[in-house]
Amino acid sequence: MKTAAVGQSVARKDGIGKATGAAKYADDLVFPGMLHGRTIRSTIAAGRVLSIGDVTGDDFVSVHAREIPGKNAVELLGFDQPFLADQRVRHMHEPIMLLAHHDRETLFAADVRVEYEISAPQFDPAQSTHVFKQIDMQKGDASSAMSKADLIVEGTYRTGHQEHVYIEPNGVIAVPENGGITVYGSVQCPFYVKKALRCLLGDEHVIRVVQTETGGGFGGKEEYPSILAGHAALLALKAGRPVKMVYDREEDMVATTKRHPSVVTHRTGVMRDGRLVAMEVDVLLDGGAYMTLSPVVLSRGCIHAAGPYRCDHTSVQGRAVFTNTPPNGAFRGFGAPQTEFAMEVHLDRIAEVLGIDALSLRRINALRAGDTTATGQTMRDDCSAHMVLEEAVRRTDFERKRAEYAGTNRGIGLALFFHGAGFTGSGERNLKSRARLELTATGVRIATGSTEIGQGTRTMHAQIVTDALGIPYETVEVAQPDTANVPDSGPTVASRTCMVVGKILEECAGEMRARLGDLTPAQYHAQHGAFAVERVYEPPDWIDWDDDTYRGDAYATYSWGCDVAELELDPDTFEVRLIKVTAVQEFGRPIHPALAKGQIEGGTVQGLGFALLERVVMKGGAMANGQLTNYTIPTTLDVPELDIVMMENPYPAGPFGAKGLGELPMDGPAPAVVNALRHIGLDVCEVPATPELLSSLAPAAVVG
Amino acid sequence: MKPLLSELALRRASTLDEALAILRDDPRTPIAGATDIGVALNFGTTTARRFLDITQVRALRRIDTAGDTLVIGALSTYSDILRSALVTERLPMLQQAAGQTGGVQIQNRGTLAGNVANASPAGDSLPVLAAADATIVLQSTRGERRVPMADFYTGYRATVVQGDELITAIEIPRVPGRQWFRKVGTRAAQAISKIVMAAVRDADSGILRVAVGSVAPTVVRATRTEELLASGAGIDAAVRALDGEIAPIDDIRSTEVYRRRVAGNLLRRFWADSA
Amino acid sequence: MKLTINSVEHDIAAHPMARLLDVLRVECGLTGTKEGCGEGECGACTVLVGGEPVCACILPVGQVEDSEVRTIEGLGGDHPLQHHFMNEIGAQCGICTPGMIMAAMTLGPSPSLADVKLALAGNLCRCTGYPAIYRAVLKWKGMPVDGVADR
Repeated sequence: MKTAAVGQSVARKDGIGKATGAAKYADDLVFPGMLHGRTIRSTIAAGRVLSIGDVTGDDFVSVHAREIPGKNAVELLGFDQPFLADQRVRHMHEPIMLLAHHDRETLFAADVRVEYEISAPQFDPAQSTHVFKQIDMQKGDASSAMSKADLIVEGTYRTGHQEHVYIEPNGVIAVPENGGITVYGSVQCPFYVKKALRCLLGDEHVIRVVQTETGGGFGGKEEYPSILAGHAALLALKAGRPVKMVYDREEDMVATTKRHPSVVTHRTGVMRDGRLVAMEVDVLLDGGAYMTLSPVVLSRGCIHAAGPYRCDHTSVQGRAVFTNTPPNGAFRGFGAPQTEFAMEVHLDRIAEVLGIDALSLRRINALRAGDTTATGQTMRDDCSAHMVLEEAVRRTDFERKRAEYAGTNRGIGLALFFHGAGFTGSGERNLKSRARLELTATGVRIATGSTEIGQGTRTMHAQIVTDALGIPYETVEVAQPDTANVPDSGPTVASRTCMVVGKILEECAGEMRARLGDLTPAQYHAQHGAFAVERVYEPPDWIDWDDDTYRGDAYATYSWGCDVAELELDPDTFEVRLIKVTAVQEFGRPIHPALAKGQIEGGTVQGLGFALLERVVMKGGAMANGQLTNYTIPTTLDVPELDIVMMENPYPAGPFGAKGLGELPMDGPAPAVVNALRHIGLDVCEVPATPELLSSLAPAAVVG
Repeated sequence: MKPLLSELALRRASTLDEALAILRDDPRTPIAGATDIGVALNFGTTTARRFLDITQVRALRRIDTAGDTLVIGALSTYSDILRSALVTERLPMLQQAAGQTGGVQIQNRGTLAGNVANASPAGDSLPVLAAADATIVLQSTRGERRVPMADFYTGYRATVVQGDELITAIEIPRVPGRQWFRKVGTRAAQAISKIVMAAVRDADSGILRVAVGSVAPTVVRATRTEELLASGAGIDAAVRALDGEIAPIDDIRSTEVYRRRVAGNLLRRFWADSA
Repeated sequence: MKLTINSVEHDIAAHPMARLLDVLRVECGLTGTKEGCGEGECGACTVLVGGEPVCACILPVGQVEDSEVRTIEGLGGDHPLQHHFMNEIGAQCGICTPGMIMAAMTLGPSPSLADVKLALAGNLCRCTGYPAIYRAVLKWKGMPVDGVADR
């Protein structure tokens, strides 16, 4: 189908505001009579609050846990996390009480004495017996098949916390108005916030959430902002005035969610010819002190844990457990970067043990149409494992370099990976996401709850509507996500904003077109007035998933990737100098090529940071390096040449053939880099692969 | 504890005499680029509350020579140093250090004298100045004195600068032979050093100097290592000696074990590069 | 004190040790300059003082009394580099963009890719991974973008 907008890198719907300073982020907004808010946080990791001192000084507004009108519980998957600790403290930096004042300096200088009774904290997930979620995914009979293998290869792989470092810290302003409260803020999911506020405040208030221009999310503003919004709302309702709460960088880093640390253990039965015949995988995720989204992170992690490989007998067991640390949460990739890291590095170790090269091992075992995954899902034509693998190998001259670099201080490594798009199993059906298309005097307006957080939501949705309706792109406008004006399209997460919400819009457009007949929107509006089409997402009806056994069609479709990392190790300092990183990715087809490329470049660099540079140092149960000086994300000089290849394999059920893209790029870089280091001869099994780690693995004689 | 603005005070001086008179009569912390003090104030990690802005004392922002001596005025920024043909000619290892200190925003404000006065164990320029046998020029209303780098630091973040004194210049005599510099940071740019080494080797005169930062409370001139190498002892003995002259620790950025190993590797690399 | 911002003289009431960033954003209402870290690490607060990029979050306003301060607002809102940033997707979420643009202002007429990387090494971006930013800047300068794998 010929398209005018889809497939082109059209002018963005954002306008020029981001580049002129005119775009308004949360901290840019000022309301008359506004107060500033502050969270008084726990200075112990476990115990009880015995007393909270008063604040001396005029004009302070305070809120304690006992004053919460509704439920002191952040509604998410569970209700275990309080907005304010009600005596029990379960992690360092846990919110204890709230303060507001019109002068920000006075507010943050105020001294609040809290007395605690300290208990012994549990920091080690391996020792923790409090399990948030357990998963047991069986296919065939792994232990029996294991005994028939020629060889068994075992390995344990670790990843640490990763901090999002969106350059705009979390921030909201709560404004009492219209018989209730409006929260303006940097949020990925306005309807999550609305739901959490409803639970917190009870039924009497009108609640409205408006997304402001958001300076990055990456999952860090998926569920966390509900807490911040609740805090600001409590203060605002008590004070009767708007309250702005914007975290400084340190508070944001130490107190908000991070990627779940993981320990993944593999035990794999292989035949001498390279076939994987049995896989046992154990996944342990550190959830921190409250459940948040740990069950779903574990879920996605487990589903991807056996990688894009065929194996008739797999056992994947996982648990997400409690520790007395700040709760971990959503971060781009959502469990898959952790488990796919383990799988890909383990595969290279299997290759080393078998004496078969890493590429051949993947060629033998990578999924093809007709094969089944670890959940028993049958791959169809949308399986591109071999396509991306062969392209990456060809493009990087992988085989020749693999031989050429052997024995030098240069290495080249690859990782093959996949990422399910949308919510798992029946998740999308349960969400009942909605999107609306409104006819206006000049064209149409898109109304969804999907947020623009830099990935290009406004533009990409407008392109889909443009071509589905056959109207000029310039006549399509996109409404600001305001819960008073837009339907709940589900959260802006899980690589679903294009494939799922875009699809609803495509369907809306189809229905609208039928009703418009040959008229343009403006003509119809002039003759008949406005109307709107609102639809609910209909997932493909063949999806068959069992939530209890974790078997069946985990996702409607998968996107595929193969990354190759070429690097050099400094023999004196064990610093890694990346030479080139190639990312071959198939995600159906790009709606906006430049925006799609941006997702791959950005996600790849975030993955390189995860691989080499980003280390959360935990002391006493909290992040000790909560400054950008000490938590180092990649700068321009840390990023090598990036070669991005976007391959196409249109997915019939996606809008114009698109699948999901946002998270896929995050899954490949860490294992590709580590496999390149293994190529040099270092037995790396964890990230970040810091120079200190590499030095400890390098023999006393200088390498290379 | 982060101070309230009302607790802070700022005066400005437009001449050196004015600055020195203020320091005598109304002692306060001199600030120039404020790249360290600005962070310290934001994070409440300094007890300093009263400041003297000296950025208007134009006479202090100059780089020139006095005979064989390179004179870097106290207000010379890292960017000034990077642009200076004199420094390129006389002290290229200082340009290497300057170019790897922060990003361009920090280089445009940060001064060499500020790096010296701040006395961080990780200061990137300090091993350069130590290996260059630099002299710090201090002035007060009582007069002027010159303190060799070797005597400038008395302990962790402690210098000999008196309350009424101002660093006005850093003087570097001609550095013979080859200059060598290597900084190992936490990443490729905008990085605090985990270990930083500057060294000088002149075959003709036999002059040999090795200085290391981030491995002790103050910058280390590895004089024992220098003596061993100069006397003809092999590089292995020198590496062992260096290990005895440094006292690195585990901290938030790196480990003692790593720093020791890399110090030895850098010494070997310097020795091989300068042969 | 008086402060010249974008060629306009302002009467500043703030304490001389107030951060230039706060004076710009709060007292002058110029919110285009952003706060990302408060440590001079991320560059989101980059402004030009005396024509040079500096971090406003660690700059006491009293020190710039006699200097010309230029912020993103001073570029007018229709500057070619601003358009290139949007068109090349050098701006995704946009929060780092004003700082990036101000840091890029002092590049010479024909910068190489290496020059651009160095000029922007003090500006962190979490969204783009940087190549699109290089494309925006190089196109603005009329320089080839081949080294950056053009779309």
